[in-house]
Parts: sequence; structure tokens; C-alpha cells
Amino acid sequence: MRFWIAGTFAALALASLWLPQWMLFIMTVAIARGLVVLGLLLLLRAGLVSFGQALYYCIGAYSAGALGRFFGISDIFLEMLAGAVLAGATAFVLGFLLARYRGIFFGLLSLALSMILYGLLVKTEALGSTDGFNIARSTLFGARPDEDWVRYAVLVASAAVAALAALLVHRYLQTPLGRLAPAIKDNEIRVEYMGASARQAVHVKYVIAATLAGVGGALAATTVGHIDPEMAYWTSSGEFIFIAILAGTGNVLAPFAGALVYGAIHTMAYDLSPNTWQMSLGVSLLLLIVFLPEGLFGRLRFR
Amino acid sequence: MKIVNVTHGSFYGIGAYAAASFTAAYLARGYPPLLSYLVLVGAAILVAVPLAVVIERAILRYLYVRDEVVILLVTYALFLILEDVAKLVWGVNPYYIAEPYALLGSFQVAGMAYPTYNLVLVGAAIAFGGGLAWLLHSTRAGKLLRAVIHDPEVSRAMGINVGRYYLATFALGSLLAALAGAFTAPTVSVVPGLGVDVIVLSFAVVVIGGLGSLPGAALGAVIVGAVRSLSVHYLPQVELFVIYFVMAVVLAVRPRGLFSLAEPRKI
Amino acid sequence: MTAVLDAKGLCKSFGAVTAAAEVSAAIEKDSVVGLIGTNGAGKTTFINMVTGYLKPDRGEIRYEGRDITRLPPREITRLGICRSFQIPQLYGSLSVFDNMLVGLGIVLRNAGLAGYFSRGNVWDTRAVPGFERPAHEVAEHLLARFGLLADRARNAQVLPGGARKLLDIALTMAAKPRVLLLDEPTSGVSAAEKFGIMQMVLDGARAEGATVLFVEHDMEVVSRFAQRVLAFYDGRIIADAAPQAALQDPQVKRYVVGNRA
Repeated sequence: MRFWIAGTFAALALASLWLPQWMLFIMTVAIARGLVVLGLLLLLRAGLVSFGQALYYCIGAYSAGALGRFFGISDIFLEMLAGAVLAGATAFVLGFLLARYRGIFFGLLSLALSMILYGLLVKTEALGSTDGFNIARSTLFGARPDEDWVRYAVLVASAAVAALAALLVHRYLQTPLGRLAPAIKDNEIRVEYMGASARQAVHVKYVIAATLAGVGGALAATTVGHIDPEMAYWTSSGEFIFIAILAGTGNVLAPFAGALVYGAIHTMAYDLSPNTWQMSLGVSLLLLIVFLPEGLFGRLRFR
Repeated sequence: MKIVNVTHGSFYGIGAYAAASFTAAYLARGYPPLLSYLVLVGAAILVAVPLAVVIERAILRYLYVRDEVVILLVTYALFLILEDVAKLVWGVNPYYIAEPYALLGSFQVAGMAYPTYNLVLVGAAIAFGGGLAWLLHSTRAGKLLRAVIHDPEVSRAMGINVGRYYLATFALGSLLAALAGAFTAPTVSVVPGLGVDVIVLSFAVVVIGGLGSLPGAALGAVIVGAVRSLSVHYLPQVELFVIYFVMAVVLAVRPRGLFSLAEPRKI
Repeated sequence: MTAVLDAKGLCKSFGAVTAAAEVSAAIEKDSVVGLIGTNGAGKTTFINMVTGYLKPDRGEIRYEGRDITRLPPREITRLGICRSFQIPQLYGSLSVFDNMLVGLGIVLRNAGLAGYFSRGNVWDTRAVPGFERPAHEVAEHLLARFGLLADRARNAQVLPGGARKLLDIALTMAAKPRVLLLDEPTSGVSAAEKFGIMQMVLDGARAEGATVLFVEHDMEVVSRFAQRVLAFYDGRIIADAAPQAALQDPQVKRYVVGNRA
């Protein structure tokens, strides 16, 4: 499996040399979203549906933006790092509260927290309130690539980060703590009575998921070039959940593939009928749930 | 019913649209404006009930056996679909239907003009809430419904037609959402996306009051409304998120809400 | 007498229901104690309090002299007090074998972070504390002991009642108990197999030097295996004696076993 992970991203990076700019854009956004969903995968396996991953996605985005706006830094790796650190730290604190909850309470609480951020951002003039603000073109390790190469450079960087993230998560899922997820979902009482703290395990998973979302947010921000409070709105979390359902929780590459497919569906739906793209999305989601509950790639389970 | 229903928001929006368009058509024909309130109610019923029945029978009915998260996602999908269906039917331009609101004028209270229509809203809320409570507690059907909600399997074994109760519950719930939208229509401009904000707010209300509790929902609504108004007045910066903050606090301190039900024994 | 487990004056009420009223019992090391009583008498509540799932309103519990009254179940398990359940607590969506692996994974306590960096699979390389063999082997050993090896690939939730009970006990044994509390270990097990199962469990437990308490409704099992009997009724212990004496006690006859010629 490790070979597949590294190989897929390497092949992607290589193949992209020949791809048009708009495809590079789509793929980078898919990788960004995929990172968020990779985190969701960890939580979903434990039976926790977070309706608030947008919180960390947004924190990641605004961290990247703030780096540029207030410190003049536009290095992509630093942006991703900032996103990761700020999101992770926030999750560490909030996790003390959230890790106590399950099911619908967990979902609604995570939702509430992301909506709080939304509300705060909308009212913050210094960060552009509802308009948000733009982010400058990325640099890599101090080098400023030209116009034509920026997108490619960002893609390669993100592919590298995603590969690393996927490998780490894959490894994590093979450890006793990682394999605790379905146990927590099935029977927490048994988990406690075997000697483990379900709450601590959930806290750890929550922080990992948030960190991944933070990186994803930073990446998305720098790719799209613009950030705004909508990134923390509940519909943004809804998108990630959609992709997670689409991808299934079977393996660590699925979130990225799922994000790509989602991007394709979204674009096609929008092109076909701009006024009813939501409906197309809704219909797709419905069909998926009914006919493919394990997601498109759910069958390909890797240990 | 133990399902988290995002579609509820759509019914609110659709109720508002239906009320707006029906009432506009009604008034355009020159019928007595005083009866327009009945049209509001009638429109909501006419549109919401059949739609709810179709949704429940065609889709939801098959999914009760699945995880509670699945139902949530299905209702989310339906919500997305209905948002666009509403756009297709009613277009994207705003609807204004101020007559029922303006008709009643306003009255003076504490030196400020207070719209009389708002009293109608409050009255309607109390009437419907009280009616629902009466239905659930004092009628045979209501008691059977509570049994079904508590344990569908045992209820089925006792011969209760659980499927029919689920259908009735979903239809009634959706109707209430539509009525809420219909009554709100005269006070706002009816635009696409009305349901989006409302649904998260109503989750906040229900969480604060206690999931599954009727008096809780009433109390929750009062709290949410009061907090919102107070914050708009005194601390406008927090207006948008203060509700979610309260929701988070309630979830943290008393997750089952202010009126919680007893917890069953597990081991 | 060396009391390995000492409960003093435990009281617990749920609203108007008194589940425990001044329950006191000192359990000797290496003994086998039977807990009997009608449903609702307070036996499971006692176990729940001892293992930390419930906190008594009053009273204390000491394990080898140490106060464990306020500890949560996971810490009590780590100290060596483990219990099986009246309603088997299994990981329903996992296979029988995976149930054991995940359970053993938890027992492999500190392997969490180390497991991340170690070469190869922690399930194959690390020795489970208390068994000194890798998790895969321990899982097979325990499943074999309880006759579940043939079912190893089956999903836990499709197992019949008796097998679920056995898996529940097997999981509990994986935690290497020094004090083993069994909540109705033979309920759901066929009459022909009851004695065999009890013998199997007790042999395994005693071989590890564990003290055993078991809740039972079958008085034949109690007479056969218990060295001492605690009879519960209405939240109190109404008799505390050797099985023969306890079962003849008039109060016990009246409230628990019934009067037979």
C-alpha cells in the first residue's frame, strides 16, 4: 500500500507536466479537499460525523492569508505549516470539550463551533469581513516561479505533502490506537473496560483531522487566491461530508479520488444547468447513499 | 422521531413561497384582504402535505433501518434538491407580500410602535404549540405516536401501524415548518435560501431546549429569539454567532438540553 | 485474612430505587465467591460500583488496601480488576478474531506511539503484557480455550447467545485479570455446557492466581463452584456463608431460592 500511495502522487506530479493550467488548478483543489476529507475519514471510522471541519479549513486558509497580509510571507510550505499549527492548536483546546460527545451531539457541537467562527469573521473588519481578502501568488523556498510554472510548482508541493499525510495516516491506522476506531464506534463500554480511554483516542483523532484540514485550507486558499468567511459556513462542511460519503472510508487514497470526482460532478452540474446544480448534487448524494453506501472506493479496503 | 431533518428548512422556504404566490394571486383578484390569513395557512397546507407524503413514501420510508447519520445525509440531499426545485418553480426574484402584515397596522407600547402582526405570529405559535401538545398528550393517536417513537419494534409487535405514524409525523412536522414560513412571508422578502439560515437556527433552538421535548422547543425558541434581539441591540458585533455560542455552551454543560429525558440503562 | 477486595458501606440510589444499602464485603485472595439474588437485588450494581462504572453515593472500595472508589473503569481494569457482562459487550461489526485483536491492542497499552515507529506489524512483534506472546498468538490461544476458534471469521453480531457470552469472557480474560468479576457467565449457555464452561473459566483464572466473583442464577453451578456465597436482596446482603449454609438460610430461601422440600 505504501508503494501505491507514494507512487500515485509521484505519477500525478510527473503527468501534470503535460496538463493544462485549468486541470492543475482542479487537481490542486482536489488535493486540498482530499486532505480535509482524509481527516474526516479518521473521525468517521470512529463513528463521529463532524459537521464542522470547515472550522479548521477556514482557520488554515486565514492563517495562510494572514501570513501574507501581515507578514509578507508567501512561501507555500510555511503557509501550510501555519495552517496546520493553528488548526491543530485550536483543535487541541476544543478537543477537551468535543471528545466527550458522540453521535448527533458531536455533529451539532462541531457545527456550532464552525458557525461561531463564521460569525466572528463576518464581523471582523481587519480581515475583510464578508468580502474576505486575496492572497498573493505562492513562493517556494524563497524562489518565485513565473506565471506559467506557479501552478505546477504548487501542485508538486501539495502532492508531496498529501503523499506524506496519506502515508502517516495509513501507518497510524495500523497501530492499536488507530484500529481502535471501529471499536469506539461499536462499543465504548467495552473499550473502557479493556483499559483504554475512548475520550483520549477521540481527542487525538480530532486533532489530527483538524491539522489535516488546516493544511488543506491553507493550500486551497493559496490556490484559489482568495479567502472569505464562507469557508467556515456549514455548507462548506457539508461539501466535505459529501466527498467523504462519495469516497468511502476504505483507504487513504479514496478521499483524494473522491475530491476529484466531486470536483468533476460539481463542474459538470454547474455547466449543465447553473441554476440547478445544487439539485444535481443532491440527487447524486441520494443515489450514492442508496446504491453505494460504502462509497465509490469503499470496497478497496487496505489494511 | 429521532431523525435529524435538514429538509425541514426547505419546507419553511417552500411554505413561504407558496404563501406569497397564493396570497398575491388571491389579492390580485380583489378578494377581501382580511381573509388573506386563511390563504396563508391554506397555501402552506396545500403545498407541504402532498410534498411531505411523496418524500416520505418514496424515499425516507426505506431508510429508517439505516444509521441515523444516513437519514441526516438523505435529508441534506433532499434539502439541496428542494432548494433548486423552489428556484425552478418560483424563480429567483424576490416575492413581496406585505398586505397581511401591513393590514393590521401597529400599536403603541412603551413609547414604540409595535406591529400587530407580530402578535398574530406569537398567537399562532402558541396555538399550534398548544395544539400539538394537546394532540400528543390527550388524544389516543398522540399517545400511540409517543409509543411508536419510543420503540417502533415493540409498537409494531402490538399491532400499531408504525409506517402510517411515521408518515403522519413527517407530514405534520413538515406542515408546521411550512406554516412557519407562510406566516413569516409577509414580514420579509421571500428569496431563495430562506431555509438555509433557518435550519441551523432551529437546530440551535432544539438543542437548547432539549431534543425531543416540546416545552423545550418553546423555551428554546424564546431564548434564541431573546438572545438574538438583545445582542442586536446591545452588542451588534456578536449578533451572528451568539446563538451558536449559546448552543455550544448548552451542549457543553447540559447536552440533553434544558428539559432532558431520563437515560436508559445500558449494562 | 488478606482481603484483596474490600467494600465498606456501599450505598447507591437511583431516585426512589435503592440499589445498594450499606453493602459491605471483604473478598479474600484466591477465593471463589458466588453472588446470588433475584433480579434487581443489586448484584450487577455491586459489580458496576466495584469496577467504577457507577460511583456509590456513600462508602468506599479498596483493592489491596488502595482506595479505588472514584476511579474510572479503565483504570480499574489496568489495576487488574476485570469483569464480564450480563449482556455481552462485543464489537458487533468486527469478526471474532478482530474483536480479540482490538481488545489485545488495548492491552498492549504503551505500544501506541512505539507501535507507530516500530518496524513491521506491532500485532506480530510485540509481546502482550501478561501473556509474553504476540497478540495474534494470544488471540488464537484464548479463542481456542473457549471453543471459538472455528468461528474466528464470523461477525460478532451474528453469533448465537452462548457464543457471545464466551467471547465476552474471552475478551475479559485478555485483560489478564487478578480479580475477575463474572456477571451471569452461564446465562444463555445450554444446560449441558454450563459446568464445562464454568470449569474452563475458573481453571484459566485460577491458573493465573486470580480471585473470582461470579453472579449466578443456577444454584447447582453455585453449589458446585463457589467457596462462599453472598446473597443479595433489595440492595442488601442478607447472607454471607459457605454455599450449603447460605442456601439453607431461611432468609435466602424466602427471598432468593424459594422453599423446596
